[in-house]
Amino acid sequence: MSAGHASVATLPVLHDAPGLLGLSALGFNRAQSVAFLVLLALLLAGPFFLYPVFLMKLLCFALFACAFNLLIGYVGLLSFGHAMFFGMGGYLSAHAAKVWGLSPELAILSGGVVGAALGVVAGWIAIRRQGIYFAMITLALAQMVYFFCLQAPFTGGEDGIQRVPRGALLGLVDLSRDMNLYWVVAGVFLAGFLLISRIVHSPFGQVLTAIRENEPRAISLGYRSDDYKLMAFTLSAMLAGIAGGTKALVFGIATLTDVYWAMSGEVVLMTLVGGLGTVFGPVMGAAVIVTMQNYLAEFGAWVTVIQGCIFVACVLAFRAGIVGELGRFLKVRL
Amino acid sequence: MADSILETDGMTKEFLGFVAVGDVSLKVRRGSIHGLIGPNGAGKTTCFNLLTKFLPPTRGSIRFDGRDITRMKPAEVARLGLVRSFQISAVFPHLSVLENVRVALQRARGNSFDFWRSDQVLRQYDARARELLEDVGLSAYAHLTAGQLPYGRKRALEIATTLALDPVMMLLDEPTAGMTAEDVDRIVALVKRVAEGRTVLMVEHNLKVVEGLCDTITVLTRGRILAEGSYGEVSRNPEVVAAYLGTDPSIAGGSTHG
Repeated sequence: MSAGHASVATLPVLHDAPGLLGLSALGFNRAQSVAFLVLLALLLAGPFFLYPVFLMKLLCFALFACAFNLLIGYVGLLSFGHAMFFGMGGYLSAHAAKVWGLSPELAILSGGVVGAALGVVAGWIAIRRQGIYFAMITLALAQMVYFFCLQAPFTGGEDGIQRVPRGALLGLVDLSRDMNLYWVVAGVFLAGFLLISRIVHSPFGQVLTAIRENEPRAISLGYRSDDYKLMAFTLSAMLAGIAGGTKALVFGIATLTDVYWAMSGEVVLMTLVGGLGTVFGPVMGAAVIVTMQNYLAEFGAWVTVIQGCIFVACVLAFRAGIVGELGRFLKVRL
Repeated sequence: MADSILETDGMTKEFLGFVAVGDVSLKVRRGSIHGLIGPNGAGKTTCFNLLTKFLPPTRGSIRFDGRDITRMKPAEVARLGLVRSFQISAVFPHLSVLENVRVALQRARGNSFDFWRSDQVLRQYDARARELLEDVGLSAYAHLTAGQLPYGRKRALEIATTLALDPVMMLLDEPTAGMTAEDVDRIVALVKRVAEGRTVLMVEHNLKVVEGLCDTITVLTRGRILAEGSYGEVSRNPEVVAAYLGTDPSIAGGSTHG
């Protein structure tokens, strides 16, 4: 919580140049517009150079981290239980696709719905507390969800839900082909990413910012701050559920790993490494962490140690994260 | 009775047995500027927090504009038109000066839960926000971030933000605290002007300010009301002089006025 505030507070205050190509309508300044176009180009070119399944995994985590950043970066709420939304989203999408036989778009959507529903309940309980207590309550709730997933019959316990069919998009496009699925995942990511940008730059986002900046003052102006926090929490949980659901379809499996507390920690790590409270930081952070996990896999258990070192280095040396520091260097907000 | 807009009856706040505010029955007349004074630790700010519901009272009741607000939440009280300022300057430091005022004006459109709409719709409030900034002499600063403003200007911005809600009653917690003489004069003139057609209750340490502004003064010591009346009456009250005025040399001069 306090770390969040510190990093946001130390961002330089700049007079932003307006965005390019009408991208200011999304709330992007010029630098962000350029970064967005680069991101778009990478999304389009990526699968022709890199393994699509790897990229899809990366995009699922990037969306997850963006959803998490919506809370910590823009409301100042540190959730330490976001795995419950990600993991449950995964379970429900897998169940929907496999048992109910829903089409992939509906399966992913049901992941979002369960994320949002769980978010309303968890948020309603957690936002009554501040700071570290908020984080601890979210962690406790996530552990309860983990236990539920371990015991409930539909999740398959230790085995998880396996052999989830990818199906055909709208009954037309066969998603068992990686390239086809890639475009769907890229579309889901982009939609989520743009939705978050819009939320941040909406009348609602303006109130959220005011609450983050000075909650008692926002209340004294007549804003019921808890309602706004709950709304933000629910939106974040919904997007995390969508990210988890998409990941379940990509790999055809939903397991306990995604509801485990270590996953909640991983998304904190991604957001911090990339740059908390920046638009592109979580994407960058997810890319770095997922890449490390993939290409350092041969080091086995050492991956965790390396990750830990990077985390420590981040906190000590560049607290604003990769994108945050880059923005500071270039004197722009990214 | 009918002409008092804010009324408390036996309002008490205890913290673990310590009585911060004890049995305070206060009546603020509609349209007046009412001062709340007292030595440090007298319970003035606690009173403010009770009146604006940032703290729940242990006992007693609070009525605002004929309505019992004792159990209401702070945001609800603000929506009824009872709006407070804070002792430390309460601005949104990373928002621009214009946006600070606009966030308050935005209340007019309801809850603003619309996360799918562009914040361009808030441009409709820019003109009114500029007027309010003009009113408090901050036009030239509209595009700075609020955190960059000097202290006195922040207080002015806070008043502009409060005014944006067009409150029925304003509660100002030490509006001139820590200000230079020049800033004090500006704020006094401002409060006087904006109090037209409203009720103001202010905590203030600067007795010159109190004398110049307030119609009625309530003196609080150790959480209880010691005296009430006009500045002249209160400053002649021997108990007040002993408990409060006499302890502060700068005030001895003030009391000779009366």
